[in-house]
Amino acid sequence: MREFWLGRLTSHSLPHDWVMVGGTATFIAMFLFAAVILTRTKRWKWLWNDWLTSVDPKKIGIMYFLVAGFMLIRGGIDVILMWLQQVLAVDGSQGILSADHYQQIFTAHGNIMVFFVAMGFIFGLINYIVPLQIGARDLASPLLNTLGFWLYVGGVVMINMFFVFGGEYAATGWLAVAPLSGIDFSPGVGVDYWIWSLQISGIGTTLGAINFIMTILKMRAPGMTLGKMPLFTWASLFSMLMAVAVFPLLTATLFLQFFDRYFGAHFFTALGGGDPMMYTNLIWMWGHPEVYILMLPAFGIFSEVVSTFSRKPIASYTANVLGMAGVSVLALSVWLHHFFTMGASSDVNAFFGLVTLVISIPTAVLFFTWIATMHKGLIRFDTPMLWFLGFVTIFTIGGVSGLVLAFPPADFQLHNSLFLVAHFHSNVIGGVLFGIFSGISYWFPKIAGFRLNERIGRNAFWCWIIGFCMSFIPMYILGIMGATRRLDHYESSTGYQPFFIIMLLGGIVIAVGLTLQIVQILASIIQRGHLRDNTGDPWNGRTLEWATASPPPFYNFTVIPHVMTRDAFLDMKRLGQFDQQYEDILIPKNTAVGIYIAILAFLVGFGFVWHINSLVVISLIGIIIIFAKRAFSEDSEYTLRAEEVEKLEAKRIAKVPAHEKEVKSLADEEDMSVWDFVRYVITFAMDIIRNKKWKTW
Amino acid sequence: MTAKHKISPSLAKLLVRMFAGLGAFSFLLWLLLRGQNIAILHSKGPIASQQRDLIIWSLIVILAIAVPTVLLLYFTAWRYRESHSSSTYHPEAKTGKIFNIIIWALPSLMMLVLAFTLVPSTHKLQPNKALAAQKPSINIQVVAMRWKWLFIYPEQGIATVNYVQLPKDTPVAFDLTADDAPMSSFWVPNLSGQLYAMTGHINRLNLIANVNGDYPGRSAEINGAGFAGMQFTARVSSTDDFESWVETTKQSSASLDKTAYQTLIKPSENNEVETYYPVDGTLYADAVMKYIGSHGNKAAHTMHDEGMN
Ligand code: HEM
Ligand SMILES: [Cu+2]
Repeated sequence: MREFWLGRLTSHSLPHDWVMVGGTATFIAMFLFAAVILTRTKRWKWLWNDWLTSVDPKKIGIMYFLVAGFMLIRGGIDVILMWLQQVLAVDGSQGILSADHYQQIFTAHGNIMVFFVAMGFIFGLINYIVPLQIGARDLASPLLNTLGFWLYVGGVVMINMFFVFGGEYAATGWLAVAPLSGIDFSPGVGVDYWIWSLQISGIGTTLGAINFIMTILKMRAPGMTLGKMPLFTWASLFSMLMAVAVFPLLTATLFLQFFDRYFGAHFFTALGGGDPMMYTNLIWMWGHPEVYILMLPAFGIFSEVVSTFSRKPIASYTANVLGMAGVSVLALSVWLHHFFTMGASSDVNAFFGLVTLVISIPTAVLFFTWIATMHKGLIRFDTPMLWFLGFVTIFTIGGVSGLVLAFPPADFQLHNSLFLVAHFHSNVIGGVLFGIFSGISYWFPKIAGFRLNERIGRNAFWCWIIGFCMSFIPMYILGIMGATRRLDHYESSTGYQPFFIIMLLGGIVIAVGLTLQIVQILASIIQRGHLRDNTGDPWNGRTLEWATASPPPFYNFTVIPHVMTRDAFLDMKRLGQFDQQYEDILIPKNTAVGIYIAILAFLVGFGFVWHINSLVVISLIGIIIIFAKRAFSEDSEYTLRAEEVEKLEAKRIAKVPAHEKEVKSLADEEDMSVWDFVRYVITFAMDIIRNKKWKTW
Repeated sequence: MTAKHKISPSLAKLLVRMFAGLGAFSFLLWLLLRGQNIAILHSKGPIASQQRDLIIWSLIVILAIAVPTVLLLYFTAWRYRESHSSSTYHPEAKTGKIFNIIIWALPSLMMLVLAFTLVPSTHKLQPNKALAAQKPSINIQVVAMRWKWLFIYPEQGIATVNYVQLPKDTPVAFDLTADDAPMSSFWVPNLSGQLYAMTGHINRLNLIANVNGDYPGRSAEINGAGFAGMQFTARVSSTDDFESWVETTKQSSASLDKTAYQTLIKPSENNEVETYYPVDGTLYADAVMKYIGSHGNKAAHTMHDEGMN
């Protein structure tokens, strides 16, 4: 009976060492803190109605940003622990972590950064920006979208759940290769958490991707043919098409591994006639495209940024689109370069090496279109553009090292070394993350209604660049010295230690950069009056997202624009075409179906992790019932009448003080500096303490 | 460069700082690198040397493409900056057909150049390709275990753990497999690139060592808690020294029979060096067949000597 209700959960699964207790206590503290604030401010209802059950892609986008931002910090703390370990664990010393614990940390780090930081930010940006760019009021399927988001959150919770129950995460590396991840070599629940975290969020990704493909293909404003679509939208379309192509493969692979572990099947266990090499193939058939699923939207962001800040349309638009198409198609066919060293014949290796070379051709084309766009432009170097230049520098380093790795005999030496780790971090940080930063600073005024503080933004940028060089140049060198990745200790005679020390220092500089970015957001909020943009168009933008207010009303556009050229909004500004005919608008209703299903899906996963079959069955039945109920309900939209739209618009316009209506210059001399911010915080705190302000709260 | 093109003082300051910083940093790294074993560069045999040369050659060619492109990008960004002059601003400037051809053709050509090295070098440096040399080759069977390396010398009848000795200038054929261990990767960077050791498979890695010395070797692929300690030393010595080492080993060792093997295969971390004599000649085949035997339809995937026939 116990087994039926609790599976393998015992009192021993509860927190008992300091890591688990600390983790659990942190969760409880955070939850209590939020609960107290929400109760004091009577905000529970607001939270539920306005945010959690919202189907507005803009709100969902912001929620993606928040979760991904927290996960970025969470993953960053892992890095500092890892590098501290590598600094200290020399010769006889085991440093601060046991081997097993160290391995869990880098596994969790990799998973969090790829699935919950990079994917989260990318999905957030796509949610917020793509509907605006194509002049749409909502999505093809708002329900799939919220479901996708909540499944992503389910994955986030699952990956952190081990703190509370079981106390161990997978110690296998981020792809949990077989047979190491099999039940024989990893008997604990760590790999099960890995499977279900990826499974739940992966299904969310597939659903979200289907929705965005349909949205981009079906919901574009009249006149916007495919050939007039903004480049970020194109990039998102390619990225989502790749996701739909390969994420089912991940789902299948995870299921096979799950069958092995749960039911004792032998897909990947050699002793039972299975084939671990098959796992390596399957996981990389998904894994390589996955890195490009992240990279393509970043390319799209840079195309938008370069064009806007050069004040020119993107040069060779068609070549740019074809370049992205080429990257997407080729990215599906290079996976074997991740295991040249598994012993395939030289023909196979040479083939995949060649395809890997070829993939850099369309990438180079993108670079050339950016150069041509800047040519004869009038270029401004606001932070989005700085991140672009940082990207060019670091991504090129990553691309160069990637091409070296494409030579199979060179890869025999460099594979699994720290050189490889430096390679993909050059691409993931310099490419994906900088793309995200560029996109966020570019679109922040759209999202918040005021732009970001430029001064602190520039400080943060330089910290990232300097920190990156300090961390990753030594890492390339360590790889050449023969240092393998994932070492939890080593001998001092190897000479590695000084390099690890420099890397840790670099990590601290990056951490300062990340802190400055948080400070930048806070300082911008403090100075929002000064930074406010009431035009909705602070950069003199070209595409439709700038044609509406900042932040946009929940129906995005009062009037759906008619698109004539690629720079749809620029034309409107030039020709002064702004229709003011209000019309009725269909708005999708909020729904909690996404949350409910995600909670149940989480419980299914949790049930499987702990072998609680009753929980699995009950939750599955629950999911079916909710789906059935939703399928029969037709009441998912309501009409916002034209008169109401008019009233809302009038109210919004009235709120804008008259003198602020004209374009504010973006002069940033008056932006707060870091020190101004510190002074402000100190004064603020002193004021609270002196005047006993908490009493009035 | 005309007066109009002068670099502004602030940019000049930035550039000076950047180069000074990079210069100081490179100097520091160079200081730290002195006297260290930079394994991939300090190759001690023809295979590792060719791999190193390939890395350097490809790096040079790729940089020859990448660096000018990036410099062109920086230059364009600087040349058309807002504060410079608006007289060069032509928002309607269009790229022509020629440009569109060049941006595809140029990188394609460069990749073609690289491709002409990639394919032959891949065939030439395929690890299972037999190596020609004056001296007859020796064979060493390698079993990856949790978390140690077992080396069996079938011709000499001895076996070692976490230590392998090789005669100089002699082709060595390692037959890599694993027993009761996750995928592992056999890597002695001074001598050759790595290759996976997997249960039920024999992957052959050929190499030659030209310089006497002790070289670190290890598993490069994560395979569990003892991963970091799964190291061995590869000692290269003259043929005479090698033979006398074999003799001493024969005199001073315990035997490795099926029972001893069962003890050895139990997981252990940071294993000491061990030597064995005599060695049961069927151990290696058994270790491989164990994973194939009962499933006869799946033939052993061995990769033997592609280049020999
Ligand atoms: C010019 C473009 C690129 C080339 C030629 C390239 C090439 C390669 C090759 C050959 C490997 C396998 C090395 C090995 O395992 O021994 C590799 C690994 C990797 N690359 Fe790239 N790559 C490129 C771009 C990217 C991008 C854009 C990303 C991410 C956004 C990325 C992320 C990774 C990751 C995560 C790994 C290895 C992960 C692991 O083994 O755990 N790469 N790359
Ligand atoms: Cu790849």
